[in-house]
Amino acid sequence: MAATHAHPPGFAHQFETVEQQREAGHLGMWIFLATEILFFGGMFTAYTVYRSLHLPAFIQGSHELIVKFGATNTAVLICSSLTMALAIRSAQTGKSKRTIILWLLLTMALGAAFIAIKLRYEWYRDFVEGLIPGVSWLSGGTHTPGVKMFMCFYFFMTGLHALHMVVGLGILTVLVIMTARDRFSPGYYAPLEISGLYWHFVDIVWIFLFPLLYLIGGRY
Amino acid sequence: MSTTTADLHGAPAEPAVNYLNASYGIKSWLLTLDHKRIGLLYLGTITLMFVVGGVAATLMRLHLVEPQGALFEPETYNKMFSTHGIIMVFFFLVPSIPATLGNFCIPLMIGARDVAFPKLNLLSWYIFVTGCAFALYGTVAGGVDTGWTFYPPYSSLYAQTHVVAVALGIFIAGFSSILTGLNFIVTIHKMRAPGMTWFRLPLFIWALYATSLIFVLGTPVIAITVFLLGLERLLHVGIFDPAVGGDPLLFQHLFWFYSHPAVYIMILPGMGVISELITALSRKKIFGYSFVAFSSLSIAVISFIVWGHHMFVTGQALYAGLVFSVLSFLVAIPSAVKVFNWTATLYRGSISYEAPMLYALGFIGLFTIGGLTGLFLASLATDVHLNGTYFIVAHFHYIMVGGAVMAYLGGIHFWWPKISGRMYPDMWARISAAIIFIGFNLTFFPQFMLGYLGMPRRYAVYPAEFQVLNVMSSAGASILGIGYVIPLVYLIWSMRYGPVAGPNPWKAKGLEWTIPSPPPTENFEEIPIVTEDAYNYPAIEAHQYPDAPGVARV
Repeated sequence: MAATHAHPPGFAHQFETVEQQREAGHLGMWIFLATEILFFGGMFTAYTVYRSLHLPAFIQGSHELIVKFGATNTAVLICSSLTMALAIRSAQTGKSKRTIILWLLLTMALGAAFIAIKLRYEWYRDFVEGLIPGVSWLSGGTHTPGVKMFMCFYFFMTGLHALHMVVGLGILTVLVIMTARDRFSPGYYAPLEISGLYWHFVDIVWIFLFPLLYLIGGRY
Repeated sequence: MSTTTADLHGAPAEPAVNYLNASYGIKSWLLTLDHKRIGLLYLGTITLMFVVGGVAATLMRLHLVEPQGALFEPETYNKMFSTHGIIMVFFFLVPSIPATLGNFCIPLMIGARDVAFPKLNLLSWYIFVTGCAFALYGTVAGGVDTGWTFYPPYSSLYAQTHVVAVALGIFIAGFSSILTGLNFIVTIHKMRAPGMTWFRLPLFIWALYATSLIFVLGTPVIAITVFLLGLERLLHVGIFDPAVGGDPLLFQHLFWFYSHPAVYIMILPGMGVISELITALSRKKIFGYSFVAFSSLSIAVISFIVWGHHMFVTGQALYAGLVFSVLSFLVAIPSAVKVFNWTATLYRGSISYEAPMLYALGFIGLFTIGGLTGLFLASLATDVHLNGTYFIVAHFHYIMVGGAVMAYLGGIHFWWPKISGRMYPDMWARISAAIIFIGFNLTFFPQFMLGYLGMPRRYAVYPAEFQVLNVMSSAGASILGIGYVIPLVYLIWSMRYGPVAGPNPWKAKGLEWTIPSPPPTENFEEIPIVTEDAYNYPAIEAHQYPDAPGVARV
């Protein structure tokens, strides 16, 4: 059926038109993000329930976190969303592939910085101080069961988020390779756009996690 | 698509090249991107899982022939019913119709060359098989004894069985459901042929669309719940452990938030299949198309707000119970709309009692019983009496087996000529449909009585006065087992020795019947342009199809 007319790069046989393929890809990613919202939503629900059951302990647990690192990471992530958007914009307006790759690499660098800060200044410190339930937990002193519960959810939620960041870095790597191989043009840059949706979603999850875990709880 | 001339003249012939023989070898199947082949891969996988779950059920019923138990230690019995439930729910019923018939039919029915994301489709099968492997490993290595619901703190703290392996299998298989649902939604939105508007879609497509919504929005919640349970079991951090402030009821809320909608994942595609069978084999337009279509969507929506009726006796707040009770009654409305509309469709139809129709009629009767007994359980007061008894077991088997499995088998029989290009022996098909209907009722109707009399579910022993009903149930189960084996034999037989079916053996409407059987890999030579509504049967006059099923009988 297909040999009669030339195909643009990346065109798949099951579609009739490039436009149909682009719309399908977009819709697919939005539906995936809906799934992701429910995935995180289950955990957010559990967190909220336990926060209402053990409010003082959750506030105490929240005070174990260091706001300045969380805030730094928030800024880092928002910047990475900007660079991601600029990468898509460059492809859309037909900028050179060097420009696109530059923005993509910058996005990756910011993403990696987020994970590095999380690992080095937060999780590692938590490990040393015995704040990781089930791994290193100093159960004496002020650490009531509710605090342990808070730290559990802190690690589940930020861990799941970090896992999504790692997946995102993998996707960005593929995008860099695709860009280097001239796969994109102003007429076809759907993979960039769709991956951008994912990256922004992971960013937004953090925008909810940061106040929920670090800020609310009477610190200010 | 308005006329199909090929089937009017001469003997039907199989196309020389079709999706089944376009390429050969294991690799051409394991790396296929063809939705039809992927549907068959699922068909093989879930048939295997059905056999595993069915063997467990058979052994349970054998055990319960005697009040003190005929076969196992109670611990082994616990593992049997857990295996049966887990395998049948997560690894057979949930993927059954969507992943096999849905995969096979959606692109054919909407006039597309494939689903929107063929690679994702194949990936979801591999994910499913990985999930199956974990579940089977857990079963073979020693099984689980938690029941299919995995309630903590038993499952997280006390069970000494392979909970993590099996839970991981469910977690993994869930992603297969999500990807399938995502693929279907995008396919139905974006891949429809020109002229195939939403209200010209076959109702099977509407039903699968509603099912896919639940896949996408419900499954991630069970995934995260099972994930939390696994972490709790491995690390003992206390999320569901009341001793350190955890809340086991939270698990139940999260579990049923998915698992109640999952009931509709199992029954909605079945309802879609029935709409196809009833219209095709009574040669009538569906009665109230848009009502049937929207009842699928409303069942999907309501399914998300009724989960609390599984928790009436758990100490849930009384007002929560009242609200969940009222909301649960609401499900009866769209369900009844469907049943009445099917009945109205049959009225004055030119009904032919081919095997698929027998399954469809069986479905309507059994689903009605299952649905109405659901109202007993949605009522707070009667639920207190019936909760945890065999009444519940009978109720959901009327929905799951009498409903979903009957529809699945009916659908397999209906589309088998399209899938394989061959017909099965009709007499055997009718006999086995009758055997299944009789065996099913003999198995599960006594369980309604047992439950009403107070026999609790999940026990390996029971008081001697319940023996007669239990023996009846076990006898029914063996008849049911025979009924399931017969189609397995003749369907496989028909693939080689069955008469060639031709493109449209039922003289049915629908795009899938306008192309050769088995279809070519690309489905359609030219993408069709749709100009008429679904089930436009009055357009066919009897004299045009003198050999059409049912016409001679009028």
